Amino acid sequence: MQLTLSHFVALLPLLVVGATAIAVMLGIAWRRCHQLSFIISTVGLNLALLSIIPALNAAPTAVTPLLQVDNFSLFYTALILVSTLACLTLTHAYMGKTEQAGFPGNREELYLLMLLSATGGIVLVSTQHLAGLFIGLELMSVPLYGMVGYAFFNRHSLEAAIKYMVLSATGSAFLLFGMALLYGETGSLVFSVIGQNAVTDLTRMGIGLMLVGLAFKLSLVPFHLWTPDVYQGAPAPVGAFLATASKVGVFAVLVRLLELSPATAEGWLNTLLTLIAIASILVGNLLALLQNNLKRLLSYSSIAHFGYLLVALIASNGMGMEAISVYLTAYVLTSLGAFGVVTLVSTPFKERDADALYDYRGLFWRRPYLTAVLTVMMLSLAGIPLTAGFIGKFYILATGVDAKLWWLMGAMVLGSAIGVFYYLRVMITLFLREPGMHHHDAPTGWGQQAGGIMLMLVAALTLILGLYPQPLLDLVQHTGLAGL
Amino acid sequence: MILPWLILIPFVGGLLCWFTERFDKNLPRWIALISVSLLLLLSLWLWATGNYQLAPTPSTGIAWTLEFKQPWIERFGISVHLALDGLSMLMIVLTGLLGVLSVFCSWKEIQHRVGFFHLNLLWILGGVVGVFLAIDLFLFFFFWEMMLVPMYFLIALWGHSGSAGNSRISAATKFFIFTQASGLIMLLSILGLVFVNYQATGVLTFDYATLLKAKLPEGVDYVLMLGFFVAFAVKMPVVPVHSWLPDAHTQAPTAGSVDLAGILLKTAAYGLMRFAIPLFPEASAEFAPIAMTLALIGVFYGAFVAFAQTDMKRLIAYSSVSHMGFVLIGIYSGNIQALQGAVVLMVAHGLSASALFILSGQLYERLHTRDMREMGGLWARLPWLPAISLFFAAASLGLPGTGNFVGEFLVLMGTFATAPWVIVIGTFGLVVGSVYSLIMIHRAYFGPARSEEPLPGLNCRELSMVLLLAVLLILLGVYPQPVLDASAATMNGVQQWLGIALNQLVR
Repeated sequence: MQLTLSHFVALLPLLVVGATAIAVMLGIAWRRCHQLSFIISTVGLNLALLSIIPALNAAPTAVTPLLQVDNFSLFYTALILVSTLACLTLTHAYMGKTEQAGFPGNREELYLLMLLSATGGIVLVSTQHLAGLFIGLELMSVPLYGMVGYAFFNRHSLEAAIKYMVLSATGSAFLLFGMALLYGETGSLVFSVIGQNAVTDLTRMGIGLMLVGLAFKLSLVPFHLWTPDVYQGAPAPVGAFLATASKVGVFAVLVRLLELSPATAEGWLNTLLTLIAIASILVGNLLALLQNNLKRLLSYSSIAHFGYLLVALIASNGMGMEAISVYLTAYVLTSLGAFGVVTLVSTPFKERDADALYDYRGLFWRRPYLTAVLTVMMLSLAGIPLTAGFIGKFYILATGVDAKLWWLMGAMVLGSAIGVFYYLRVMITLFLREPGMHHHDAPTGWGQQAGGIMLMLVAALTLILGLYPQPLLDLVQHTGLAGL
Repeated sequence: MILPWLILIPFVGGLLCWFTERFDKNLPRWIALISVSLLLLLSLWLWATGNYQLAPTPSTGIAWTLEFKQPWIERFGISVHLALDGLSMLMIVLTGLLGVLSVFCSWKEIQHRVGFFHLNLLWILGGVVGVFLAIDLFLFFFFWEMMLVPMYFLIALWGHSGSAGNSRISAATKFFIFTQASGLIMLLSILGLVFVNYQATGVLTFDYATLLKAKLPEGVDYVLMLGFFVAFAVKMPVVPVHSWLPDAHTQAPTAGSVDLAGILLKTAAYGLMRFAIPLFPEASAEFAPIAMTLALIGVFYGAFVAFAQTDMKRLIAYSSVSHMGFVLIGIYSGNIQALQGAVVLMVAHGLSASALFILSGQLYERLHTRDMREMGGLWARLPWLPAISLFFAAASLGLPGTGNFVGEFLVLMGTFATAPWVIVIGTFGLVVGSVYSLIMIHRAYFGPARSEEPLPGLNCRELSMVLLLAVLLILLGVYPQPVLDASAATMNGVQQWLGIALNQLVR
């Protein structure tokens, strides 16, 4: 196939991020400078965000059989870029100013890994081909192993990295086996061709195995066991990346696969997904009740949230796609906010992140604005009106009622009621005053730092979207998949 | 344009309270007082000037005294649609009045985080006013859920620490989860209604007037009505789902209890009359016997359990369960007198229960206990307060000359025409009511005194609050006509909806 200029324009976001990664790498090879690496990465990501505008004009277009650039992929590219940008800002704050009062090892490579992982995410959201899916997924996951274990001198971080690597590789093996079966049966790797003629048992098995692999990455029940340990062990900004950019990428590709491939149109898959969704909602919420560690709590709550997202996927009517986009946007904002607060409270890097719930007792008395941000995030996660989370939840409930998924609706109501309990617990902890409190301060003047400003923006956006969601809803109505 | 201001004033006032806390501790109190007074004055002005003959009825169509509409989320046909009729006006006046009182009664009680406290207090009021005005179902749900958060903070942060295992935080959480979960069930019902209408007409809208015309299949309307009823039953509270109420009341600060008993419980009754019955008249008519049975159980259960309490606030809380049972009977009677009585009873209960909570708060400030076993013989030690308490206890048991009597009498008389047996049984509830009311007075104020030391009397602020409530309650008892006139048109509509359906059911 001939590549023309318009193809390159359509690929511009991917190319810019890739180029930025190379620039950061060369920069590190030439001279280590924390500030410089940060600036290059930020500028590169902002350029990539800008380059989405020309790419929109070129879309929809298929660039090589592997990639399909359309409004859908560009929307999720933007989401990934924004969350990577936010994670970079958090990382910069987290590393601290000097080696004595901050991260003791090399700092610059974390930016490089994050950029590489984001590149993988962009490939993932644009792919329409099983080979592209695998390349994207591995390009996203392999840097994540390094990122999770970045503080390798810390036992928890190292343990989390190894756990994540082993389980992730297992997931990939399932995925590959599934792909092999699909290829063997249908002779094609293109999403829309798989299962076009007849859907046989081998195709079903292939799809099922692929689902297992993807469910590993999305940490859906019963493939969720790695999640809490990895979230807890990973450095806080990496946790933010893991919860946002990487999940968005995998979910987007799952949506595209299920919507495009005729092999997934059968009823059994919906039954399977329904079971997974109900299990994720209930198990995620119930286990979150028992946590005393904020990172672990967030990890279990993310399991539940992806259960909610599956509801929209199962409904898969016209509104379902919109609901997924809205919910993912709200979820990304909220997770960034919550992990951002954890990061800033743990800033600068110390032996242990401030992730135990008692670190947050009475935070209101020390960091009122940070507390306000976390409060908004908890309310948004719980889906209380005035926050973006409510709009997302409302959208999913509307989709579910429209598709008459009563069992899932029941699970959602139950899950939300349980969820409120632990979100409120976190929220009230922030306001409790205790004599002789454990002191754990974010550096003074955090509001002036980039991370603080970013958090305020995220909180403001969460509230604005909760109060006036119409612009976002207009936007997501145009993010349909090409060729559907 | 005045309607959005009724909602905005408390919200903006609340934010101002929060921001001005750093300058002066008393500034938030004054700002809060000014905001709620403004709300009260505006609503009284509306009462004086509005034409309350206009209300939605099935025969004359949808009419409102005042209306405001602004598109909001066009994707779902959601708009900021506010409207006022006699019923909502009465409820907003009550909200404004009790708002002023709750600012006054926390003047001395709340001493830390004053700004944040008033932020929460005003946001509750703003949310409640929103509930009373919203006639877009999404907007209604929005306010319904939103007012939970400030109430949660109010109980969890400024509440009284209770006994072990029954802390203010667990009470607040219980309140939140009960209302949130039931609210979500209501949201599912709202969505169900909207999509049934969408599939029939092709119009996606949450507008009240349009949905009133929706044709619902047999059976579906019953399920949807149940979804609404569950949410309102939890808030009201109806007996099997009432257990959050005594905990929340007991642990809440005085202002929180006043708002809870005075206004928040009324949102449920309002919701039944505004939404559940007009939207699903046939299903409501079918459900009426069950609702009345539940109400009767509530009347007696509330009264008996109230009798057994030793904690004064818990006793008053359970008495609310009993009183709201009468309101529920009135609502489902389908008789105009009973419906009017339910409105009067709502207002009267708002006044009398608030007064009792304020009094028990004042008592707590002096004795630092709410346990009636620790009291006794207070009549001699304390001027004014015991006598006023006696008055409100008498009002609460339905003494003629108070608003409660008018309300209960109208409910009983009106319902007798349609459901005589319910009334025959329900009347005994009044007897039990007088028993727990008087036993509260007896335990707290009579009997042997614990000590002879006199307690500090009521100051001007405390005295004027309760005297104002007493005067209003007598006025309502002697001359209830203004209230009855204001709500007449709205109640006429509710009566027509339910009455027609009930008649069809009999045939």
